[in-house]
Amino acid sequence: MLRIFLAFVFLVLPVHAEEVVLGLSSDKVAITATFEGSDILIFGAVKREAPIAEAPLDVIITVAGPSLPVTVRRKDRRLGIWVNTEMVELDAAPSFYAVATTGPLDKVLSNTEDLRHRVSIGRAIRSVGAATMAEDAQRFSDALIRIRRDKNAYQMREGDVAFDEQTLFRTSISLPANLTEGIYQTRIFLTREGRVVSQLNTSIDVRKVGLERWLFSLSREQPILYGLMSLAIAIAAGWMASAAFQALRRG
Amino acid sequence: MQIYLPIAEVSVNAFLLLGLGGIVGILSGMFGVGGGFLMTPLLFFIGIPPAVAVATEANQIVASSFSGVLAHFRRKTVDLRMGTVLLVGGLVGAGLGVFIFNYLKAQGQVDLLVKLCYVVFLGIIGGMMFIESLNAIRNTRKGKAPKRKKHGWVHGLPFKMRFRTSGLYISVIPPLLVGVAVGILAAIMGVGGGFIMVPAMIYLLGMPTKVVVGTSLFQIIFVTAFTTMLHATTNFTVDIALAVLLLVGGVIGAQIGTTIGTKMKAEQLRILLAIMVLVVCGKLALDLLIMPSELYSLGASGGH
Repeated sequence: MLRIFLAFVFLVLPVHAEEVVLGLSSDKVAITATFEGSDILIFGAVKREAPIAEAPLDVIITVAGPSLPVTVRRKDRRLGIWVNTEMVELDAAPSFYAVATTGPLDKVLSNTEDLRHRVSIGRAIRSVGAATMAEDAQRFSDALIRIRRDKNAYQMREGDVAFDEQTLFRTSISLPANLTEGIYQTRIFLTREGRVVSQLNTSIDVRKVGLERWLFSLSREQPILYGLMSLAIAIAAGWMASAAFQALRRG
Repeated sequence: MQIYLPIAEVSVNAFLLLGLGGIVGILSGMFGVGGGFLMTPLLFFIGIPPAVAVATEANQIVASSFSGVLAHFRRKTVDLRMGTVLLVGGLVGAGLGVFIFNYLKAQGQVDLLVKLCYVVFLGIIGGMMFIESLNAIRNTRKGKAPKRKKHGWVHGLPFKMRFRTSGLYISVIPPLLVGVAVGILAAIMGVGGGFIMVPAMIYLLGMPTKVVVGTSLFQIIFVTAFTTMLHATTNFTVDIALAVLLLVGGVIGAQIGTTIGTKMKAEQLRILLAIMVLVVCGKLALDLLIMPSELYSLGASGGH
């Protein structure tokens, strides 16, 4: 029964005419104590069973860090002083988000496809309940994008994907030094005339390693021990400095 | 040299942190203040998340205060008895303060209250100290003898205790009340409270300035150690890597500061502390009055 079903599925559904074959310069990023950011080369090719079609193909690559809820507050002048007045909770915003394309995003991706796949930076932020919290909720998510873009956490790199002979593509995504750990979802879209014809998902694993990993785990799993260790270090350092200075004065 | 901080999850310049720790350490050793009211805004400025900055700051103050207090112990300028009385009051006050803080948090606008608290208290304390120490310096120039301490209502209170190091024989009630009041303010404002405690000891309790610094540091060690444990176990926001970088600078600075402090006259020490307090107050007041360049700010959800 299952075989018949599978055969049916394969016969009815069209086979992808063009598919992505992908490579990453590394699928792991290790955050060490002296981590200063990392460049990741994303490259690949388009696999075809048919000759190259008339309309040109475009490539969009997105890399998204782990999504977390964010509170955006706005200051207003009340009684002569600037205070936080309105706030909006955005349900989920990626800690890092980069979009690289072969051309201007509004040319290579139609609005409906953007809406469906959440490709552009504005769409990657989820804000379902935001509209009920403030009249102009859009300005709050714009502010979030502006602030994160200034810190290089959100990157829009139109035309940054090199695409040779409609077959080989590559781009380099630079991850900043202030990186949150987690799984970084990486998506590659092939589009033609604004429509997505093929999609491939993969992920980059960003992890703290060594001392960073150990300290982080200890602070979560053994908080009392971690706190006492912090205090012990503080007391020892204070005592050592005092002893060293006394020795200096005598000597 | 860039260092990635494991808890704060940001990358910062190690030498910048060493330098910051050193400067705040010098102030700590000189004036007996923890330096939290200076360091916390500086850490915000270089991009450390506020929760991590406040918690780690407490840990760093333990180190620089300990370093400073040892130097004062050698000079016998720590009034252990007075320090203990203030500490008992301080811990009670801190408990009350956390209670008040949480109540205000539920009402909203706690951020504003904290800032206003800072501006008002720093302004009053700084201004009063500045005028008083200016007068004291003028009087010594003119050759007038400093006024003797008055015997006021404070000396009529019961439960008298002898504080030998401070040269005082007063009731324990005023120091206890000072401890409680400072504890409440410290908990609300999220600092060790040294900059309120020091003037309170000088002007309210009439302690000699030289003893005040060491005694204040002694008291601060316990308050900030308590705060560190609280943050480490409830919010997981103490960043050891950040603390180590700050405290290496801090403990060395504290030793230098103590040496500078003992070479200066009490009035000079007080006027410098007053100026510093007024500068911080002015900066905070400007922040409230001048339109910020970015009206929006981001915060983790669920925070206050």
